[in-house]
Amino acid sequence: MKLGILGTLSLAAMLISQVALAETVKIGFVTTLTGGAGAIGNDMRDAVELALDHLGRKMGGSDVKMFYEDDTFKPAVGKQKTEKLVKKDKVHFVTGYIWSHVLLASRNSVVGKGPFMITSNAGPGPVAGKLCHEDFFSTSWQNDQTTMAMGEVLNQLGIKNLYIMAPNYAAGKSMVKGVSRTFKGKIIGKDMTKFPAQLDFSAELAKIRAAKPDAVFVFYPGKHGMQFFKQYSQAGLKGEIPLYSAFTVDSLSLPRLKDLAYGSLMTQFWAPDLDNAVNKRFVADYRKKTGRYPTFYAAQSYDTIMLINSAVTAVGGDLSNKDGMRNAMRKANFPSIRGPFKYGNNHFPIQNFYLRKVVKDADGNFTTSIVKTVYTNHQDPYAKDCKMSW
Amino acid sequence: MNWILLLEQTLNGFQFGILLFLLAAGLTLIFGIMDLINLAHGSLYMMGAYFAATFTQWTDSFLLGALLALPACMLFGVILERIALRTLYTRSHLDQVLATFGLILFFNEFVRLIWGPIGLDIPLPGLLSGSVELFFGIRYPAFRLVIIAVGILVAFLLYLLVSKTRIGMLIRAGASNRQMVSALGININLLYTIVFGLGAALAGLAGLMAAPIMTVEIGMGEEILIVTFVVIVIGGVGSIKGAFVAALIVGFIDTVGRSFLPDILGLFFSNDVADTAAPAISSMLIYILMALILAIKPQGLFPPKGA
Repeated sequence: MKLGILGTLSLAAMLISQVALAETVKIGFVTTLTGGAGAIGNDMRDAVELALDHLGRKMGGSDVKMFYEDDTFKPAVGKQKTEKLVKKDKVHFVTGYIWSHVLLASRNSVVGKGPFMITSNAGPGPVAGKLCHEDFFSTSWQNDQTTMAMGEVLNQLGIKNLYIMAPNYAAGKSMVKGVSRTFKGKIIGKDMTKFPAQLDFSAELAKIRAAKPDAVFVFYPGKHGMQFFKQYSQAGLKGEIPLYSAFTVDSLSLPRLKDLAYGSLMTQFWAPDLDNAVNKRFVADYRKKTGRYPTFYAAQSYDTIMLINSAVTAVGGDLSNKDGMRNAMRKANFPSIRGPFKYGNNHFPIQNFYLRKVVKDADGNFTTSIVKTVYTNHQDPYAKDCKMSW
Repeated sequence: MNWILLLEQTLNGFQFGILLFLLAAGLTLIFGIMDLINLAHGSLYMMGAYFAATFTQWTDSFLLGALLALPACMLFGVILERIALRTLYTRSHLDQVLATFGLILFFNEFVRLIWGPIGLDIPLPGLLSGSVELFFGIRYPAFRLVIIAVGILVAFLLYLLVSKTRIGMLIRAGASNRQMVSALGININLLYTIVFGLGAALAGLAGLMAAPIMTVEIGMGEEILIVTFVVIVIGGVGSIKGAFVAALIVGFIDTVGRSFLPDILGLFFSNDVADTAAPAISSMLIYILMALILAIKPQGLFPPKGA
């Protein structure tokens, strides 16, 4: 009372400005940390921590707090963890998401509820098209794009008859759709297997042998990919029918697949040897920290943190300024492992896609290397269904 | 229809069935004789694979690794029975389910601590890692043939053990009437330990046989465990013969369903419908079969006598 209006106001202003200055950036990261796919989540977490190290563990002068959550590879659990991040931890960014079905189940718990949602891997069609949202960003790709590039590669190789296999879930369907969009030959066989339960592909491999295609294309992420390559070789098909893949061979499976995957071709937006300064530093420091080559999952997670940093820095740490942060993120003005790129109207990157091949590095480690560029500045086919413009 | 493909798929179904039998034989014995619902049976399968992978690394030989892993699994099973499961026999099934579910979580974490989150691989000797040419020009993976051979051998040995030996007689008696066996002065605790050790070794054998085809991973036993329960329910709880027949039926139906259902559905529906429905229906087939058999024979196909 005795302070008077001016004094009260100035005191309040001081308090508010102190709160604003001291507010910690809270980032939720939903991924798979246990079970067979736990190695992927582990890789992503290592990349996030590396990104934070590179930033001096501060964004725009504010401290950063990470909340890692394990979706246990199940959409229901992923959604539950997402709700916890939004309601209890009150995070500013919900990120991560390896699996398309987990992302789709969790999306509505975040968008429109306050925080930004940034997918570090999954890119199902709906969130890039009809369900696009001003608070939703991607630092990966839309599912169809990588396999569209593969369709082009198969055309260039003169493949006429193709056999396709993928798991029967949201991403599997997108990947198959993607390759069907661009492949001009005939798809003579297609098997969608139960996911994630089915790990034995004997029945499908027998069908492939009977169908005698010119080539086989598969999408099997995580441990499924490793098992597929093993069984393909055990069935005597390796060397008989060429095998092409997307998201199936990665830096986690290569040290175990070794020669089984040597020379194998795949399409991807990135490779450890992609030639730009940000990527070189990322790959070198990641290898120093973990002793492994980073996966594409790790690379995308690194970008997620850098994208958030660009937003928080642009508003000077004022996390209530959502418009400011959104506008900053739309500029994609951050050091990305893929080099400079632009965001499409649906907040998915417009970026290059490469053909990459499994090779050995100077020390005899198996890794992947870029063969050629398949697409330059490619935009996903769902962007036109997105009503958002800016 | 392509007969060679059908024949190859029959072999595939047979091989999957044999693998299921190895798991189901142990599970059905433990359930039938000890009246214990052991959800951690899948963990024993996982331990078999991890033991085999480790021993193979040490000895540089898959055969030696496998031979060492079997007694290790049996020992592991006996210790588990002594320490954790013995107190559960008098408890209700719900308590057993809860406790053995807890064991699954414990073993997954245990494996992560010891072997790390990234799985292991078992490299096969050159002879077994490729495929061999069978009759009619069928090429079949050599190692899958080994699985079939080992499975048939184990089934035969189990048959001898159960129907020709004294311990087998006790096992059969235990499956039929547990109280009467203990009333007759048989050391039921010892019998339980033997049965559980045998079941653990069989599960471990299934795990180490599956490991070179699949990969050795945390939680690898959980998905196959559900199918194994279907097998023992269809076969009749406590019956090894039932487990054998049911495992082959389930393996065959699952494989052939996966293989031919999309084509069969394609005859009646549009391609899109067939593509979407076929994987869903083929994964339901074995459960539909189980429901049908339970409706006709609630005790399963071959219930033990007197059960």
